[in-house]
Amino acid sequence: MPDNAKTIQIEVLRYRPEQESEPVWESFTIPYTDDMSVLQGLQHIKDEVDGSLSFRWSCRMAICGSCGMMVNGIPSLSCKTFLRDLTPGPVRVEALGHFPIERDLVVSVDGFVKKLEGIHPYLIPKEPRALSEGEYLQTPEELEKIEQYTSCINCMLCYAACPQFGLNPDFTGPGVLALLHRYNADSRDGGRGLRMEVLNAEDGVWSCTAVGYCSEVCPKHVDPANAVNQNKVNSAMDYLLNLVSPRGEKS
Amino acid sequence: MKHAAGAGRPHVRPYVRPMKGWWTRNPFFVSYMVREGTALAVWLYSVELLAGAVCLAMGEGAWNSWVASMRHPVMILINLVVLWSMAVHAKSWFDIMPKTMPMIFVSGKRLAGSTITRTGYAAVVAATVVILGLAMWGRP
Repeated sequence: MPDNAKTIQIEVLRYRPEQESEPVWESFTIPYTDDMSVLQGLQHIKDEVDGSLSFRWSCRMAICGSCGMMVNGIPSLSCKTFLRDLTPGPVRVEALGHFPIERDLVVSVDGFVKKLEGIHPYLIPKEPRALSEGEYLQTPEELEKIEQYTSCINCMLCYAACPQFGLNPDFTGPGVLALLHRYNADSRDGGRGLRMEVLNAEDGVWSCTAVGYCSEVCPKHVDPANAVNQNKVNSAMDYLLNLVSPRGEKS
Repeated sequence: MKHAAGAGRPHVRPYVRPMKGWWTRNPFFVSYMVREGTALAVWLYSVELLAGAVCLAMGEGAWNSWVASMRHPVMILINLVVLWSMAVHAKSWFDIMPKTMPMIFVSGKRLAGSTITRTGYAAVVAATVVILGLAMWGRP
């Protein structure tokens, strides 16, 4: 380390299940430059200080959604959170909130993936269409209704920002409900009937109490709180319409 | 939840962090709890008004004693707290309102959330002015 290098203290919540029954804080002092992200700080620790430190990362440019963690208590993508903004430190880094910790900064995502699979996260065309009939067209307004929700990178920061998910891990949660809305609100989609059961359930939109922090932390401006809360109206309408005209087995 | 353990690796359970005191961990959660808490003040004030309406129906004596109780310093203090809570309640309600509404398009352009919130604030100010105006106008 050059004598004139700036240093910063990074405290990491370590959990090595074979040696600890509960997580413990460990402190590292590392050299940093103004262009270094928190992720690069962790990579320095892993490469130069302690190779056993575990964390997930891939793209380093806020696209893949792998490196979500709590930085000073705030759900953040560590690749787009810069050490220069956190001086003088210490910077406290912890695994993404509300998820079970597998090891160090690695959380269990099984529940999230299962929920995601359960909402049919793909377009289900209203009717089969031959290639010769051309593409499905949308107006700019129809596109705008879904566009922001298509930006979700499944980073799960919104789950770490949602106390209702922390209190009830069965809550479908902001990210998956926003993706559910992304497909339901798409003018080309006909799969709404398959998704309403998840949306209407007690663990669906009705477990949201409009805290709104999910939308604050979303690195892609998806605004999941908006997706979830406008579907409370849709869910109530669906209930009423079902009373008037039961869906039965068909949908 | 079952997790596959590697050969020779002991089966370990992921660590679930406790949620106790969750709302004190972030200023955003504190303001959320304050927002939710102000609903109690709204309820309290509606009870006060209901009591006034019941006293009015019971006759002049009951009405006068309700008015006198409203002038008691303790009630004035309580009502000042209620007024502050109502202001917080109204502001936070309109702050979250854009999140609860479907997208609104005006001549092909999406109406910004901040416009919806500001319209709400303006409605509160207008309603307050009208009600205060009526109250002043109706004074004997």
